Amino acid sequence: MRRSMLFLPGNNPNMLINGNCLGSDAVIFDLEDAVSPAEKDAARILVRNTMRYMDFGGCEIIVRINSIDTPYWKQDIDAILPEKPALILLPKTGSAQDALEADAYITQVEEKLGFARNTVGLMPLIETAMGVENAYAIASSTKRVQALFLGAEDLTADLQCKRTKEGKEIEYARTRLVVAARAAGVDVYDTPFTDVNDDEGIVKDAEYAKALGFTGKSSISPRHVEVINAVFSPTQKDVDYAYEVMEAIALAKQQGKGAIALHGKMIDAPIVTRAQRTIDMAEALGMRRGN
Amino acid sequence: MNKMVKSIREAIQLAGLKDGMTVSFHHHLRNGDFVLNMVMNEIAELGCKDIFVNASSLFDVHMPLLDHIENGVVTGISADYISAGLGRAFSQGVLEKPVQFRTHGGRPSDISQGNTPIDVAFIAAPAADPMGNCSGKYGKSACGSLGYAFADAMFAKKVIVITDNLMPYPLQDWSISEDWVDFVVTVDAIGNPKGIVSGTTQITRDPVGLVMAAHAAKVIEHSGLLKDGFSFQTGAGGASLAAAKFLKDIMLEKKIQGSFGLGGITGYMVDMLQAGCFRNLMDVQCFDLKAVESIRNDPRHMEISAMQYASPASRSAVVDSLDVVILGATEIDTDFNVNVHTDSNGYIMGGSGGHSDTAAGAKLSMIIAPMFRARLPIVTDKVTCVSTPGKDIDVLVTQGGIAVNPKNVELTQRLKDAGLPIVDIRELKEKTERITGTPQRLPKGDRVVAEVIGRNSQLQDVIYNVL
Repeated sequence: MRRSMLFLPGNNPNMLINGNCLGSDAVIFDLEDAVSPAEKDAARILVRNTMRYMDFGGCEIIVRINSIDTPYWKQDIDAILPEKPALILLPKTGSAQDALEADAYITQVEEKLGFARNTVGLMPLIETAMGVENAYAIASSTKRVQALFLGAEDLTADLQCKRTKEGKEIEYARTRLVVAARAAGVDVYDTPFTDVNDDEGIVKDAEYAKALGFTGKSSISPRHVEVINAVFSPTQKDVDYAYEVMEAIALAKQQGKGAIALHGKMIDAPIVTRAQRTIDMAEALGMRRGN
Repeated sequence: MNKMVKSIREAIQLAGLKDGMTVSFHHHLRNGDFVLNMVMNEIAELGCKDIFVNASSLFDVHMPLLDHIENGVVTGISADYISAGLGRAFSQGVLEKPVQFRTHGGRPSDISQGNTPIDVAFIAAPAADPMGNCSGKYGKSACGSLGYAFADAMFAKKVIVITDNLMPYPLQDWSISEDWVDFVVTVDAIGNPKGIVSGTTQITRDPVGLVMAAHAAKVIEHSGLLKDGFSFQTGAGGASLAAAKFLKDIMLEKKIQGSFGLGGITGYMVDMLQAGCFRNLMDVQCFDLKAVESIRNDPRHMEISAMQYASPASRSAVVDSLDVVILGATEIDTDFNVNVHTDSNGYIMGGSGGHSDTAAGAKLSMIIAPMFRARLPIVTDKVTCVSTPGKDIDVLVTQGGIAVNPKNVELTQRLKDAGLPIVDIRELKEKTERITGTPQRLPKGDRVVAEVIGRNSQLQDVIYNVL
């Protein structure tokens, strides 16, 4: 379950060692934008050692490496892969070819380490106009791709438009990414909301992302984590309804019917799938059935 | 009758100060105070020796005290809190006799019971009239409450009011009344307003501090104490203020009206009063300008003396009616004993203030502290100095989990039921040491440089010199 993903600068030891206390489902150790070229090697070692020696419990670790057009990305993978991050976040992925190039090198390192293929997943970061246009091809390029990730800051620079709180300028990219990811059968994560002092803005932005179909949302501020988790968690009403759906469908099966009505609405396969997903998430969150 | 005298020197002379006597000061002007230094300079110039200084707290603005110690003018110190610069010197043993640390409640208790008699008390007054009625609420040096000065004024043999704002008689809304005052002196300035109160006190932006604050607010929410009539004290530290902000949100959402907020009062507590979270504030010391403005203008915001605040010798003290207090720690041990006197190198850098008093009185006393500072773990096997005994501490909140004192069986269950991350304090220590390693104990000196006197007037612990 990844409702929230929190970016932590790879060159900040205090943030890294406290990363598992900040409430997010996943942390993204950043070796890219947060780290200046002069500190790339130090950050790489710091992130590697944090992963090696710290217990992050249920908090998943993702590492944003440097993009494949830099001299750093292979060294990043060499250092990080032995520590088995859940995912590698690949910045500036513009085409299926980019994803395949990263996949090929990760495969090579996995083999060297004796890991099974696809032990470490890939999450292309879509932050260019080309990336958006190629989103489906990227998402379906290799089995290693587990999710797409929208990066709106670089994208709006590439689109030559201003990044706004309302986000109209990324509307197309958001919907395009959701459709592409779902078509490819992978998850999709929304861009961070960057105003750390706007407590209402983050709620609206997260709710909008959820309404569009995003699996979860990333954040650059620990202050946003709780809101994101709440927005992307099922409500008690959702959970109760999901159990009702499963009971209704079980009854339908017993009675030999293909479909059954609940509260005057027909229950069909997509509703059952969604209900099962809600129950799975509720169980993972320790939520119980209410009334 | 004329109580006005021309100078501090004349007042000291008229008060009959002699070698070996005790003088006292209060600390509402904090690091902006001019009065202690002005008075001690006059005492030194008058040639007095062997003076005992009983101050409610000492700040680094009072560093000139070290010269008076070196010259034999000052030979004894009692304070409830000593900031790091002076603390370092005391830890190095500049004073032959150990510094006596008391608590904000223990100090007036000992004064009122005659254990620490004061010969001459000096009251720094932001406003006073010629007969000595004085207040902290008005004037360029306004500091709000004068709570810590009451015991000094009531029990000292002679009382001298020093003001930079002489008002016509009678001063309205006085705190300290003329019947306790012997002499009044005017000076150009009693303090630097910038050091007296901070412009604003800010909640922390540190993510770890915010996580701890959120945990702390949830502990209070699920403690069973958060209901109408709830009472609360918190410090002015960033994480404590953030906890107060989160608590305010919970109280407003649940429409809970508390009875009172207590303590050193910050603008955040004033916000809670104004938002309807409390009926009253009870204020022994103002921490910022917003608190000063509030105590001056809002009758719900009331000044209290340190005796009413926390003295165990009082017939009752407000701390005994307190539900929840949030406190800090430089170290806490696995028996929940807390150190707030010394830093990780053993140097004096604080003191109990109201820590022990509120912890003893409150139904729920909670420590907020990170698992480690720099590379040093906060939870240890045995604290360097017992400032507040573990029996009075109920909960430790860190970013890595919440440890409940095992004596609180019901509270532990409540917090577990609420889904809060409860950990055994020993596990917390081990978890931290897996990150930081286990630090070696510092070697301590063989000379006692300070005595920590509990609120019951008994010796609780001692602090050794730093090698």
